[in-house]
Amino acid sequence: MEFAELIKTPRADNVALHRPFHPAVEGTLCLTGHHLIFSSRRQDNAEELWLLHSNIDSIEKRFVGSLGTIVIKCKDLRIIQLDIPGMEECLNIASSIEALSTLDSVTLMYPFFYRPMFEVLEDGWSSFLLEQEFELLSSVTNEWRLSCVNKEFSVCPSYPPVVIVPKCIDDEALRKVALFRHGGRFPVLTYYHKKNGMAMMRSSQPLTGTNGRRCKEDEKLVNATLRSGRRGFVIDTRPLNVAQQARAKGGGFEQEVHYPQWRRIHKYIERFNILQESFIKLVEACNDQSHNMDRWLSKLEASNWLTHIKELLTAACLAAQCIDREGASVLVHGSEGTDSTLQVTSLAQIILDPRCRTIRGFEALVVREWLQAGHPFQQRCAQSAYSNSKQKWEAPVFLLFLECVWQIHRQFPCSFEFNEQFLIMLFEHTYASQFGTFLGNNENERAKLKLPQKTMSLWSWVNRPEELSRFQNPLYEANSLVIWPSVAPQSLQLWEGVFLRWNRPSKFLDEAEEERIHIIKYNKELQAKVNALRRQLAEMETDEEVQEE
Amino acid sequence: QVEQVKLLDRFSTSNKSLTGTLYLTATHLLFIDSSQRETWILHHHIAAVEKLPLTTSGCPLVIQCKNFRIVHFVVPRERDCHDIYNSLLQLSRTAKYEELYAFSYNPKQNESEQVKGWQLIDLAEEYKRMGVPNAYWQLSDANRDYKICETYPRELYVPRTASKPIIVGSSKFRSKGRFPVLSYYHKNKEAAICRCSQPLSGFSARCLEDEHMLQAISKANPSNRYMYVMDTRPKLNAMANRAAGKGYENEDNYSNIRFQFVGIENIHVMRSSLQKLLEVSGTRGLSVNDFLSGLENSGWLRHVKAVLDAAVFLAKAIAVESASVLVHCSDGWDRTSQVCSLGALLLDSYYRTIKGFMVLIEKDWISFGHKFSDRCCQLDGDPKEISPVFTQFLESVWNLTEQFPQAFEYNEAFLLQIHEHVHSCQFGNFLGNCQKEREELKLKEKTYSLWPFLLAEQKKYQNPLYNPDFSPELTLLEPNTVSFNFKFWRNMYHQFDRSMHPRQSMFNLIMNTSQQNKQLEEDIKELEAKIKQRNGQLDVVLVKEQEQTAHPAPLALKTPPCFQKEQPPMPVNDAVRTIEGSNTADNRYSELVSEFSKAEPAVVSLEYGVARMTC
Repeated sequence: MEFAELIKTPRADNVALHRPFHPAVEGTLCLTGHHLIFSSRRQDNAEELWLLHSNIDSIEKRFVGSLGTIVIKCKDLRIIQLDIPGMEECLNIASSIEALSTLDSVTLMYPFFYRPMFEVLEDGWSSFLLEQEFELLSSVTNEWRLSCVNKEFSVCPSYPPVVIVPKCIDDEALRKVALFRHGGRFPVLTYYHKKNGMAMMRSSQPLTGTNGRRCKEDEKLVNATLRSGRRGFVIDTRPLNVAQQARAKGGGFEQEVHYPQWRRIHKYIERFNILQESFIKLVEACNDQSHNMDRWLSKLEASNWLTHIKELLTAACLAAQCIDREGASVLVHGSEGTDSTLQVTSLAQIILDPRCRTIRGFEALVVREWLQAGHPFQQRCAQSAYSNSKQKWEAPVFLLFLECVWQIHRQFPCSFEFNEQFLIMLFEHTYASQFGTFLGNNENERAKLKLPQKTMSLWSWVNRPEELSRFQNPLYEANSLVIWPSVAPQSLQLWEGVFLRWNRPSKFLDEAEEERIHIIKYNKELQAKVNALRRQLAEMETDEEVQEE
Repeated sequence: QVEQVKLLDRFSTSNKSLTGTLYLTATHLLFIDSSQRETWILHHHIAAVEKLPLTTSGCPLVIQCKNFRIVHFVVPRERDCHDIYNSLLQLSRTAKYEELYAFSYNPKQNESEQVKGWQLIDLAEEYKRMGVPNAYWQLSDANRDYKICETYPRELYVPRTASKPIIVGSSKFRSKGRFPVLSYYHKNKEAAICRCSQPLSGFSARCLEDEHMLQAISKANPSNRYMYVMDTRPKLNAMANRAAGKGYENEDNYSNIRFQFVGIENIHVMRSSLQKLLEVSGTRGLSVNDFLSGLENSGWLRHVKAVLDAAVFLAKAIAVESASVLVHCSDGWDRTSQVCSLGALLLDSYYRTIKGFMVLIEKDWISFGHKFSDRCCQLDGDPKEISPVFTQFLESVWNLTEQFPQAFEYNEAFLLQIHEHVHSCQFGNFLGNCQKEREELKLKEKTYSLWPFLLAEQKKYQNPLYNPDFSPELTLLEPNTVSFNFKFWRNMYHQFDRSMHPRQSMFNLIMNTSQQNKQLEEDIKELEAKIKQRNGQLDVVLVKEQEQTAHPAPLALKTPPCFQKEQPPMPVNDAVRTIEGSNTADNRYSELVSEFSKAEPAVVSLEYGVARMTC
C-alpha cells in the first residue's frame, strides 16, 4: 500500500493552530505518511509541530461556513485544534488523518521507516539480556538455572526463549508444568532477594478446574524455592470468589491440600478493562476546567483512579513485605499473569531493589518484567483515553505502574536516578513511538516481526549521554535500603505531570524546577572549587615548609 | 508524673506504641519515651481531652491540639488517667488573660530589647510605604481615644474630603461602628482597598453621611470614578441580615458604586467544615474514595477557593480597572480581613517577603480587630465563636506559594510556625480581640512580640527558590483558581503524623544545599584571600599557620548533601523558645536506617492483616 493513496490533500496553507495556554499560530499544514507537520512561516515566531499519526487517539471535525475545524486528541492526552479554510481540504485532511492514524498493519508503523539521525553507540536490542541477569544471580546463589525450554516459543508463546527456574527442575518437568498453567506460563524467577535468599516468582493461574486437578511437577517447582521448614506466600491478584469462579472455566488456584507449605493471599487488583474506564473518566475530569470544587472532587472520586493506585501500591508493598520482613518466598499470579501480576512483581522490585531505581536498572526492569514477560503492549496501548471506538484490549496497565513508581518517587525524591520526565517519556513511547521497542505483544511476535533487525530500539536512543542528561535526577543519592512508601490517601497525589500537563500553564513550576537543579549543580561546582583551592593552599604550605627546612 | 504510659501511633492498627513517662508541668505536658525522645505539648494548644472506655492495657486518653496534633496515650491505672484528665481540663482552660503563658514566658530579653521587639513592626511606617498620607488620603484622629469604634486601631486613614461629621455619621450607620477606612493604597493605580462592616440599612434605611463617605472614597481615586463594593457574604445571608436592621448597600442610594456579592460562608460554616475535614483525615484505614468524598462533603477546599476567588476579584479591580474597592462582610473582621489581606498580597510583592508578611498580619488582622482570642479560644469562652478563619487565610497563602514557587521569600514552615503561635499564647501579638483590649492588658510591657524571634531565625523560614525579581514591585500575581489547583494541605493537618510524609524531603535538601552554597561562597573568598596573601608574602605567615589549618573544613567536604543529615521535614520550633514540637518531628529522616530496621510499616501491615483474613 502506498501512503500517497491515503493523502488526498498533502498540504494546506493559512491553517490556524490552537493550543491551550498558547496564542493561536498561523501556518502551513503538511501530511506525510507518518506525520502531521505544522509550520508557521512567520519570521519572528518560526515553530514547527511534528505529530506522529500513531499518537492521534481521535479526531473531530466541524464546520462554520467554509471554515473547517479539526480537533485532534492525542494519546499523550494533548488536545490541539486546527482551523482549515476550505471545506474540501478540511474533509480530505480529516479523512487522511483518520486513515493514517488507524493503520492495521504493524509493519506500516513508523518504526519500520524511521532512520535515526544519531550514531548508535550501543544497540538497545541487546542491552538487557537475561543471560547477564543470570550471571549476576550466579554470583550469589547456585540454586537457579537458565532454561532454554521455550527456545522455539513452543512451551509458552508469551514467554521469552530463556527463563530462570530452580536448578532441580528439569525441562521435562517444565513442559508438564506449562500444561498445568494458563497460557503455559509456568512459575519463573522474577527477583532474588540477596539479603535473605528469598525469591519472588510469577506465573499464571493453575488449571485446577472444578475437579481439583493437580500437577506434582508444579508443586515440586514452587516448593523448590522454599527453605526447609519455611512457608511461602501465593499472592493471587483476584478476589477469592473470582478465583473460585475461574475453576468453572478450567482455571483455579493453589489448593491448601496440595500446597501445604503455601499460604494464599487474595489481594484484588482491578482487571484491565476496568482500568481503561477509570482512565477515561479521570482524563475527562481533568480536562474540564469549569468544574466547581465539589464536582471536581466527585469526578476525581468517581474515576477511582487513585483507588487503583492505592490498591496496587498496597499489593506491591505486601509482596515486598512477605519477602523482606517475613523472610518468605512469594509466588504472584492472577489469571493470565500478563497484567496485574507484572504490576505487582515490578513494583515490589522498585521497593526492594536499589538497582531498579537507577536508570539502567529501571530499563532492565521494564525489559525483563514487561517486554520479555509478555505484557501485550500492542493490544493495551492501541488506544488511549480519547478513543471513541469500543474498547477491546486497551488498558493503561503500564501507565498505572509508571504512576505508582512516580508516587514512590515523590516520597523518596533522592532515591531514584531518573526524574519524572523519564517516566513521562516511557508513557509516551508505549503509545506512539519512532522506536520498535513497544511494538508487538511478546517476544515471539517481536521475533517474527524481526524488530531488532528492522527497527531501532528506544534504549539505543535513551542511553546516549546527550539524552540521558535530560532524564537524570540531580538529587539522586544511591540508597541501598528497602523503601516503604505510605499508601494513605493523604500521601497520594494526582500525577499532574501527565494528567494536568496540557491543562495549565506550567511556566512558574518549570522555572522553579530549573532553579532547584541550578542550586544542586552550583553546589557541586562550589565544592569542587573549594577543594581545588584548599589543595592549592596545602601545596603552598608544604612548599614553604620545605623552604623553611 | 505517671510512668509506664504508652503513646500509640495514630494511624497504626498494629498497636505499635512507645512506652514512657508522662509529666505535667505548669505550662506543658511532657512525654519522654524509653529512648529519651521528648514530646512537648503546650497546655494552650490543647483543644479537647477525651477519656475513652477502659481497655485491658489501661485507660486511653486522647488529646486533640489546635495545631492538629492528636496524641493517644494509654495510662495503666484508671485513677492516674482520671487525674491527668482533670488536670489537663483545668490547665487547658484559662479564665483570665493574665494566666496565659505569654505573661509568664521569659525569653531572657532585657527591657530595651523587649521594647525594640515591639517596635519592629511599625504600621505608621507601613502606610508611609504605601504612599499615604497624600493629596487624597489623610490620617484621621477621630478614633484616637477609641470613641468612635472600639475594635478599630487608634490611627485610621480616610479620604481628605471625609470630615469628622461624615465619619461619625457613617460609623453610626455601620455595624459595631466600623466605618469605611483605608486598608491598602496602591500608589501606581491611585486606587484603594477600604474596609468596613455591613450598613444598618434594614429594608430601606439610608444614611447621607455614609453615602458621602463612599463618595469621598471614590473621589479620592483620580483615575477611576466608580468603585466596587464587595459584600463577601453569600447573597442570602446578607438579605437575611436586613430583617435584623442590617444588610447591604442599595446601589440606587450610592452614586457610582458597583455592588458585588462574593459568597464566602460565615464562621459557623467554616468551623463545622474544618471539623468534618479533620474527622475524615483522622479516620484510620481510610480509603481513597472515602477521603475524596469526605473532602468534598466537608466543603473545606470549596471555601478556600471562594476566599481566593474573592481576593482575585479584588486585586483585579484595582490592578486592571484602577477602581477602588470597599470590602465588608457582617462585622468586617473575619471575611473582610481575609479578602483585604489576600488582595494586598496579590497586588504588592512586599507582602511576599518575610517582614512584609508580618506587617500584613499586624495591619489587616491584628490592628483591625480580628477576634483572635475568640476565634482561637484563648480563654474559656463561647465555643460558637471559635472559627478557623485565620487558618484558612494561611492555607490560601500556601496555595499561592504552591502555584508561584519563586514569588515568596518565606516558606511553608513560616506559615506553620505563625499558625502555631496564633494558638500558643506564648507571645503577646495575638492575645485579645482588638487593640484597645491589648492596651488595657499592657501587653507591650508584660509580654513579648513574636516577630523579632521569627526574624532572628529567619534562615529556617526562607524559601531557597525565592527570586526577588520574580514580580517587580506592584505587579499583580494572577493565580489560577481552577478547582484542581487546590490541594489538601497535608503538612498542616498531618504535621505531626510522620508516617504520611515523604520519607525524603526535597524541600529540605534544596534548602540546606542553598544555605551550604552561601557558606561555600564565603569559604572560596577566604581561601582565595589566603592564597593571594601567601603569594604576596611567602614567608611571613608561618605564625598564622596553625590557625589557618585549624579552620574547620566545611561540612560539604565530608559528606555530600543528602537527606541523611536533613533537618526534619516539618518546621521544628526552636527548643529554647518554644518547647512544643521541638523533639517530635525531629530527626525523622536521619533515622531512616533505624526506622527501616524496626518493625513493619504500619500502613501496609493493616492491609496485610485484612489480606490474611481472606485466605
